[in-house]
Amino acid sequence: MIDIQGLDVVFGHGKNVFHAVRDVSLRVEKGQSFGLVGESGSGKTTVLRALAGILERVARVSGAMTVADETLLRHRSQSFRRRVQMVFQDPFGSLHPRHTVDTILSEPARVHKLDRIEERVVQALEEVGLDASFRFRYPHQISGGQRQRVSVARALITGPEIILLDEPTSALDVSVQAEVLNLLMRLKREHGLTYILVSHNLAVVAHMCESLSVMQNGAVVETMSVQQLREHSSTMPYTQQLLTASLGYDRTAIDAFEEFG
Amino acid sequence: MTDSALLRVEDLHVTYNTPTGLVRAVSGVSFELGREKLGIVGESGSGKSQTGRAILGLTATGGTVSASRLEFKGTNLLNASERTMRQIRGRGISMIMQDPKYSLNPVMTVGYQIEEALLVHNRTSKRVARERTYEMLRAVKIREPERVYRAYPHEVSGGMGQRIMIAMMMIPEPDIIIADEPTSALDVTVQLQVLAVLDDMISERGMGLIFISHDLNLIASFCDRILIMYDGRVVEECTAAELDRAQHPYTQGLVNCLPRLDGGQDELPVLKRDPSWLTTPGATR
Repeated sequence: MIDIQGLDVVFGHGKNVFHAVRDVSLRVEKGQSFGLVGESGSGKTTVLRALAGILERVARVSGAMTVADETLLRHRSQSFRRRVQMVFQDPFGSLHPRHTVDTILSEPARVHKLDRIEERVVQALEEVGLDASFRFRYPHQISGGQRQRVSVARALITGPEIILLDEPTSALDVSVQAEVLNLLMRLKREHGLTYILVSHNLAVVAHMCESLSVMQNGAVVETMSVQQLREHSSTMPYTQQLLTASLGYDRTAIDAFEEFG
Repeated sequence: MTDSALLRVEDLHVTYNTPTGLVRAVSGVSFELGREKLGIVGESGSGKSQTGRAILGLTATGGTVSASRLEFKGTNLLNASERTMRQIRGRGISMIMQDPKYSLNPVMTVGYQIEEALLVHNRTSKRVARERTYEMLRAVKIREPERVYRAYPHEVSGGMGQRIMIAMMMIPEPDIIIADEPTSALDVTVQLQVLAVLDDMISERGMGLIFISHDLNLIASFCDRILIMYDGRVVEECTAAELDRAQHPYTQGLVNCLPRLDGGQDELPVLKRDPSWLTTPGATR
């Protein structure tokens, strides 16, 4: 479904050049959830943005990307933009503060010249567990978890096949996180969606995905199945350290931490 | 914990008068703190940060603090003068905030800010203060203290910024540290390394720590004792080791709704809020 080969992303020019993604390749099958994990600055979000085609104006992107047999060109086709949608991390920053939920949800439908817009809006809201009364509210009138549901509804409006999820629950309380993760799992089952999930939280990735890549300094350190992650059968010291760290505070283990750079 | 208590809080209330009515941020929190690591965990809006700020008299304008007792080593903090509070802040109780980017002064060097924290409370010469600052920077595992001393906050990384905050809060040698989400903005490995620095200093110096966080796993593995807050009240108190055997349905719900590395991909149990949690007294003590 998704095939990325030798992706490089470079920001800036001359002395300020920053090589954010180095030779990243990954394959995601249809109906799969694929996790990208790593610490801040590892390039995981940049990979997602490069795939979505929203970096062309600010960075040099090279490498071959194919989505459902469509080779991606510098300017993405209208059908790509309909089939691939994105959900961002911050539900406060990613919804227009002066647009109602109705406007937010109908805009992508209008852009893609879809019919029965009102019907689609109500249906999308229903699918994310919000009733139609939310249509005429503004983002500041609803909670963080509800906002993230609206972001998911916006992604669903165009009837996508792939949803790119950029830390979709890291700004939420854990009880709300559980609700949103359950929602994403259900939508995936019902619509046969393919996900790429970017997260720094290994437990979230283990819960959602079948396989994952660990990234560090712009490159993929290791690609493995979630089963291998659970069994701690990783061979790379960097992955092992991330795993140890995600298990909680252990004074003696911390002394053994190394700097990877 | 009787005479060893550094801090006694009894029936603490923080309320805000807003145009839409009275908001009860904290309603009736009681606890004692000895020379230990006490965790306060809760979701956003549970009143955990408000509790920390009220102890230091840092409640925002418009807020009212009341308590039947709020005592630091025998001093009543409720009617203490601003002069006394200035003595206590830093020297007696100090606070580590969440984000070093916003809590350090961007136009002063790191060294100047740490030194200032020392000079406000101790009369020493500039030279001694500088030596102490280097020493402190070394204690928080900063490798080149001379370079960092001259650096401005924007020139250091997030993890180092938080170590600098810890150095600044430790240098007046307080009895209690209140750490409000001190490492939430950091990557997990850096987070643990910073906590290890804090942990070592607290046990070496026999201080008390109030660790405020939303991260249940972290608090359970880092602290000795935990208070679980919900809607301004402590609903449960337990030792960190006993968190798995928590009694209150809210605590159980929080523990269960976390995705687990070794868990399956089944639907996560969702926390069902019971209105009775808002009225029945918490299971404290």
